[in-house]
Amino acid sequence: MPEVAAPGAGQYPTRFPSLPVRFAAGDRVRVREAAPLGHIRTPFYIRGHVGVIERYCGAYPNPEELAQMRDGLPAQPLYRVRFLQSAVWPDYAGRPEDTIDIEIFQHWLERE
Amino acid sequence: MGGLPAGRVEPSEHDYAEWEQRVDALMVLLSGVKGGTPRMTVDELRKNIEALGPEAYDKLGYYERWVTSITQTMIQRGIITTDELGRKMEEIRARREDACRK
Amino acid sequence: MSERGDTGKYQPLTYFQLMEVSLRELLVEKGVVSEQAVSDAVEEMRRRGPDTGARVVARAWADPEFRRLLLENGTRACEAMGIEVPATRLVVVENTLQVHNMIVCTLCSCYPRMLLGIPPDWYKSRNYRSRAVREPRAVLAEFGLRIADDVTIRVHDSTADMRYMVLPMRPAASEGWDEARLASIVTRDCMIGVAVPKP
Repeated sequence: MPEVAAPGAGQYPTRFPSLPVRFAAGDRVRVREAAPLGHIRTPFYIRGHVGVIERYCGAYPNPEELAQMRDGLPAQPLYRVRFLQSAVWPDYAGRPEDTIDIEIFQHWLERE
Repeated sequence: MGGLPAGRVEPSEHDYAEWEQRVDALMVLLSGVKGGTPRMTVDELRKNIEALGPEAYDKLGYYERWVTSITQTMIQRGIITTDELGRKMEEIRARREDACRK
Repeated sequence: MSERGDTGKYQPLTYFQLMEVSLRELLVEKGVVSEQAVSDAVEEMRRRGPDTGARVVARAWADPEFRRLLLENGTRACEAMGIEVPATRLVVVENTLQVHNMIVCTLCSCYPRMLLGIPPDWYKSRNYRSRAVREPRAVLAEFGLRIADDVTIRVHDSTADMRYMVLPMRPAASEGWDEARLASIVTRDCMIGVAVPKP
């Protein structure tokens, strides 16, 4: 049986039984490189890149599973992760401090 | 799609046709946002749009992709069948042909 | 629901229009939806437009406590104003002298519809969705907005359950304006982040 995290953490409280929250704001994380079949909400362009947790957003049913008519539970913690644009795009033409913030589910993140 | 080479952003807008507004409304109702039993999720909508393949972005309009995806989802969910859909589309097509002739 | 063209005659339906009518009729026959519910939902969406979001921005400009609440929990702040935002977990990001924010959904077309209405075609276009994340300054320039070199740009890609809205900077020239007047200069494009309010 998966562990159930305490509800109510994060910016929007979680109503669902959810997996434990592994990361906190400020943690450095790497986005996994996988490219499986099915519906995925982790954009291709960010896979493999390293960013910083900007905030925890709450836990939500896994959209990969919802897309396949399953309930997506236990809910996956969701984070906003901030990346430096200059690190993501080799030819980025802007300020070195420019960022891109993306919501990424926990199962796509590894501690860096 | 993020980061792929693409052209100038044309600041285009259009007034949505009634049928497009109805497709949008159907999605609102079927996803259960207005109360009522959810019959599908936005995730299935998105998955079935993705399943149309990249050419769909060139060949089909936004709500054409939506109506195809919603209909496909209803078939996958067993709420309607392919056979029912085929017969109904023929019925409506014939009905509309009659109306056009008058 | 008639589809007569300007001449008053019926036009043939396209394949997809045929699909829409058929799907709707089948769902009504099966009791999944009613025609009334579809009409009501169409009407309701027609009533939602950026003026709703503009009122929220104007309130935040006029009331520092509301601004703080809006930035902390956008949904709760809207509800405190009596604005219903069903199924919307709103994150409001604030423009400052140092930071300019811009919203995109590269995966589809996620958008805070309850506050801004239906998204414009360009927001849903392949070109915006591909380039906004990679070359935001060039895209903003195409919208006629030049961001200074000492201002950081933050692009927000709405990939999951949050919905984003930009809280633009209040122009100095709007000092002393009431909320209605403040709201009048807040356009949809300001709240997406491709424009700034012009007093």
